[in-house]
Amino acid sequence: MRNFANLIKTLDSSNKTNVKVEALTAYFRTASPEDKVWTIAILSHRRPARPVNTTLLRLWANELANIPMWLFEESYHIVGDLAETIALIIPTNEANSSKSLTTYLQEIIALKSKPEAEKKTYLQENWLALNYYERFVFTKLITGSFRIGVSQKLMTKALSKAEGIDENILAYKLMGNWNPNTITFHDLILAEKSSDYISKPYPFYLAYPVEGEIESLGDPKDWYMEHKWDGIRSQTIFREDQIFIWSRGEELVTDKYPEFHDLIGLIPNGTVIDAEILAFPNNQIGTFNDLQTRIGRKIISNAVLKKTPVILKAYDVLEWEGKDLRNYPYEYRRDVLEKLYQTIENKKLQFHLSERIKINSWDEVTAERMQAREKRSEGLMLKRKDSTYQVGRKKGDWWKWKLEPLTIDAVLTYAMRGSGRRSTLFTDYTFALWQENEHGEKELVTFAKAYSGLTDAEFRKVDDFIKKNTIDKFGPVRSVTPQLVFEIGFEGIALSKRHKSGIATRFPRILRWRQDKKIEEANSIEDLKNMII
Amino acid sequence: MNPPLLQFNDKGIYCAQANVYIDPWRPVKNAIITHGHADHSRWGHQNYITHHTNVPIIKHRLGAISVTGKNWNETFVVNNVKFSLHPAGHIIGSSQVRVEYKGEVWVFTGDYKTEDDGIAVPYEVVKCHTFITECTFGLPVFKWTPQTEVMNSINRWWSENKAEGKTSILFGYSLGKAQRLLKYLDTNIGKIYTHGAIENMNNVIRPMVALPETTLITRETKKEAISGNLVLAPPSAHGTTWIRKMTPFVTGTASGWMAFRGARRRRAIDKGFVLSDHCDWDGLLSSIKATGAEKIICTHGYTDIFSKYLRELGYDARTEKTQYEGENAEMNKEEDLEKIIP
Repeated sequence: MRNFANLIKTLDSSNKTNVKVEALTAYFRTASPEDKVWTIAILSHRRPARPVNTTLLRLWANELANIPMWLFEESYHIVGDLAETIALIIPTNEANSSKSLTTYLQEIIALKSKPEAEKKTYLQENWLALNYYERFVFTKLITGSFRIGVSQKLMTKALSKAEGIDENILAYKLMGNWNPNTITFHDLILAEKSSDYISKPYPFYLAYPVEGEIESLGDPKDWYMEHKWDGIRSQTIFREDQIFIWSRGEELVTDKYPEFHDLIGLIPNGTVIDAEILAFPNNQIGTFNDLQTRIGRKIISNAVLKKTPVILKAYDVLEWEGKDLRNYPYEYRRDVLEKLYQTIENKKLQFHLSERIKINSWDEVTAERMQAREKRSEGLMLKRKDSTYQVGRKKGDWWKWKLEPLTIDAVLTYAMRGSGRRSTLFTDYTFALWQENEHGEKELVTFAKAYSGLTDAEFRKVDDFIKKNTIDKFGPVRSVTPQLVFEIGFEGIALSKRHKSGIATRFPRILRWRQDKKIEEANSIEDLKNMII
Repeated sequence: MNPPLLQFNDKGIYCAQANVYIDPWRPVKNAIITHGHADHSRWGHQNYITHHTNVPIIKHRLGAISVTGKNWNETFVVNNVKFSLHPAGHIIGSSQVRVEYKGEVWVFTGDYKTEDDGIAVPYEVVKCHTFITECTFGLPVFKWTPQTEVMNSINRWWSENKAEGKTSILFGYSLGKAQRLLKYLDTNIGKIYTHGAIENMNNVIRPMVALPETTLITRETKKEAISGNLVLAPPSAHGTTWIRKMTPFVTGTASGWMAFRGARRRRAIDKGFVLSDHCDWDGLLSSIKATGAEKIICTHGYTDIFSKYLRELGYDARTEKTQYEGENAEMNKEEDLEKIIP
């Protein structure tokens, strides 16, 4: 555990990628195989299930700190991270743990089924037996991800350096469903087996935004365009009469989309499709907001299936007749995909094709992009005809050209402290727009929250304003004198019953601080509603 | 009923009976100044009264002012009100102010810390009825490790950086923290270079405290000369072009806020050392208890939370708004009275 805690500390205390890769590589070279598997699992968000809920964690930690519960909660709001709060608040000592990372994780897994009293004893004993940083790491293993700026890619790179295995092959091995508690390092990383791979997806190929003028991409005849659909990017695998659906976040979501399961048999074994999952209410493409009503649910009821049906909008085929097609040109893969589509087009309405459009001139592309909102896409994808299907985000062959965001000027009305590195500042804001109430008076109505888009210096200024202009405090939230106006950008907009304003916006973020505007000049809910197509 | 001995008005902490302010933030006639940080010693008062070791410091920062220096425990009487200054242990020359009238005693701490840092005269408990305390770090998550340990880890950090061929840039505000760091830096490791703001303050303080030798970085300073050594700089120098001369370098900051992982990351500092010139949670609570005061007034810091907790402990505690900003100001803002000298 000491080595793992030191690793986390090093990763956490540098902003430099090469320092992180070095630290991880050094760790992978010396750690035991079991600890390596667990480290990979943790850094790729494969934590064991939480054995204790956070209410109990707080209660038991607080018992050791011997302070009133409200004081613990206040401290937590300010620190912004539960594990860090617990680590700080418990009396500290200089002990080092002799137990390995794997031992801790096995204990944490076993803890889940233990009676509550035993859980409490275990946690309290371990908290007291660890020094500050190890206590933080130990608690993080229970509560959540580390957020130390280590992407899966960065970890894969380090592992590749330490083990001398190609990075792309490693990325493939690390995807999918594997259990760190049962798999060995040898089976996960070193062994070359194909039978385990039935559920395994390919790494997604992602595009960068177009830089500069679209004409700079060269001859338009070398390219195809497609719409960039606004749903969940997914990879659907048909192998051995089974279906596996992966989201781009490498989450296996097969059970959430039962309507795709009867594609088994229609789409032959040994096929992998890259597609967008889209909401499709009333036989037309819905908004991301529609889809969101399904994403968070564990159980998909018949009512939900009926209200928000989904479709697969297919972009690409990565595997056909069991063969990896990724190194074939896009054009070839699309021919395969379109032939497949023709065979089932009339049988299964939930399988759609994302049309590839021939390009004669860049003007056509510009014109098509203007159609995006009407076609319910968020812009265009440009794909080189001869492009292979690559790994990760790569420049050159695929580009995305999204619509400019919708924007509106809104008033800051509430603020909350940020979390993680923003925990000492008020950086999470709620914004409001004007609306006439039943007495004909204009009032501010909350419409969106946003917490990104300002520079650190701007955040400090706004934070200072908030501290000096707080009207009231509600737990971690402060209401603020309406005085500051911000331009808010968002990707989409839809009517919503869940929002006070009656409107839901997609991915709202701050575009800039309109220091030139008074609150009277901010927009109204009416203005926002007029943006709905 | 008489007005309270000390009141909080729009100019500062006011003793009406004596017509004297303590650490006022607007210009007044008579100002008792607890210490030299900019939020406590402001420009524009007619008469300054402060501890004599603070006199050269505020003169350095405020220029030609009319200032009277006092000794610790020296009583001076204004219209029957007895005033005296007592060590606060925050930085060199920092005082608590004791105010007594008709047997009633109030103490204002200014900024203070309970740990003896070996530079400031250590904090002294002053018995009183009403205790006005700062609570910059008034949350139970703040618990300081002893200075020796922190300094050991800073020196270790420096050696490691040096071994990797990197220059160590250590940030600390120029009055107080910089000298505290400097005093315990291990000059066996290498040379200590300074930023102009810190060098100027060092020169003011050297006659009072023995400090290791430092070298001011000027335009003539060779890049190779600095390499592998340690550079002491104010936080405001972070991210400026001045720092590029030190490449390759590693940055570190010494502050109480470094107890939060987020605070270090937000400032894009490589290494955070938890070292504060303010009381931690236990320091605040033990000091309050030791004064024997029943009435506690909490000023800058986590005042609401801290005073609520004090009330639960049975104190008559409340908060007052001031314009003191504690270590927040020292960390976040440009030090307004110091020009960054490249």
